[in-house]
Amino acid sequence: MGGFGFFGEGLPDVNLAELKGKLIVLEGTDGVGRTTHIGLLKQWLENHGHAVLDTGMTRSALAGKRLKQAKEGHTLGGITMSLFYATDFADRLENEIVPALRAGFIVLTDRYIYSLMARAIVRGADPEWLREVYGFALKPDAIFYLRLKIDDLVTRVLQSTGFDYWESGMDLHMGEDMYESFVRYQKWLLAEFDKMVETYGFNMIDASGSIEEVFADLRDRVDQVVARDGD
Amino acid sequence: MAGGMKMYGKHRFPGRLFIVEGIDGSGKSTQLMLLKKWLESEGYVVYFSEWNSSPLVQDVTKRGKKKKMLTPMTFSLIHATDFADRTEHHIIPPLKAGAVVLADRYVYTAFARDVVRGVSPKWVRDLYAFAVKPTVAFYFRTPLDVAMKRILGGRDAIKYYEAGMDLDLSDDIEESFRLFQGKIIDEYEKMIDEFGLVAIDATQSIEAQQAEVRKIVSDALAGTKKTKVRRWVDLASLARGSLT
Repeated sequence: MGGFGFFGEGLPDVNLAELKGKLIVLEGTDGVGRTTHIGLLKQWLENHGHAVLDTGMTRSALAGKRLKQAKEGHTLGGITMSLFYATDFADRLENEIVPALRAGFIVLTDRYIYSLMARAIVRGADPEWLREVYGFALKPDAIFYLRLKIDDLVTRVLQSTGFDYWESGMDLHMGEDMYESFVRYQKWLLAEFDKMVETYGFNMIDASGSIEEVFADLRDRVDQVVARDGD
Repeated sequence: MAGGMKMYGKHRFPGRLFIVEGIDGSGKSTQLMLLKKWLESEGYVVYFSEWNSSPLVQDVTKRGKKKKMLTPMTFSLIHATDFADRTEHHIIPPLKAGAVVLADRYVYTAFARDVVRGVSPKWVRDLYAFAVKPTVAFYFRTPLDVAMKRILGGRDAIKYYEAGMDLDLSDDIEESFRLFQGKIIDEYEKMIDEFGLVAIDATQSIEAQQAEVRKIVSDALAGTKKTKVRRWVDLASLARGSLT
């Protein structure tokens, strides 16, 4: 038995003893390479005979599409947006993650409540309140925190997609232009993530190396989680 | 949310917030409408906070209900999202401006409904901690039989979630509705002391209830902004008049 638990009050009607899979979280700021590594891990785990579900934010059947539109229009207030994300997350937790764990899958999730909380805190939400709200979330088996220093992050974002409105926190009016705003916003997010390292037991992964190097590190650590409890 | 997030009971606004609660058929909406007329005639700036939140949030709620996709948790969260939008757009700004804000149903509806669905009472109260505490929260207390007669006589169809059909209380929608509303009443009763709800005996005449409500409201309005009563002006004739 993996021995799952909830952070707080938990979900009604879920028998934790029935959950047999593993819940593995990749966290980190924008542009750090989470999506790439989730894809690689999935392939690698499947090659080794594990059933894998990969999931991420704003993908729920219930609210995913509308949440994306809400971001495009950016008319919703901070508390509303935080709760919209929480709704999307609850739908995925109950309808994807929990059933997959029941069926013995390894669930790889691109971001989890930590990103949702960090983004909401930066937008003024009360940290204690967020912790209570996300009390229904399952505690993961492992959280891998891909970390890049802000300079490396800027370089990487410039090399790929460029600055985007939300990833630069432009709604917060933090700087003259996207670059300035991006730097301040991502620094702030990094600070919030760093605060969570101890509280939630993040495993730090240095994301500054090549994809191969980072993946080798990640793969070894995921291997240990999967092998835990005699598989 | 700049400047930090204010919690229940900690907001300080020049306006006043009056809300009504009660089960369907308790007559609360009629009472609120009568209160609104009176406040307007007295010259107060009245803002009626309807449940017209962002179309995006509404779409999700409607779709979730229609397709029966909602669990007790997502039902609770999507309604909290909707309520947050109302709070941020339709409650806090008019209260800051010094208006008298009226709302038909408030957080207590969610506390009752979600707890009956099996959601943790503590969790749902924490969830709504951002809500503005009303100046007065009226609870229109109605025996189940009285409310049922008013409802079943006057409306076409009870909807799936309204009847609590997702709770498997009964296969018969009317019976399920009755059982569900009975449990909601139990939750309201518990909240009278917890939140200081002002209970109004809703078996009294409409006039008697309204008199009680107006007395309580007028005591709570000391120092609230009034406007000079504006009369409608016929702009077309005014314009014509100025030309001749």
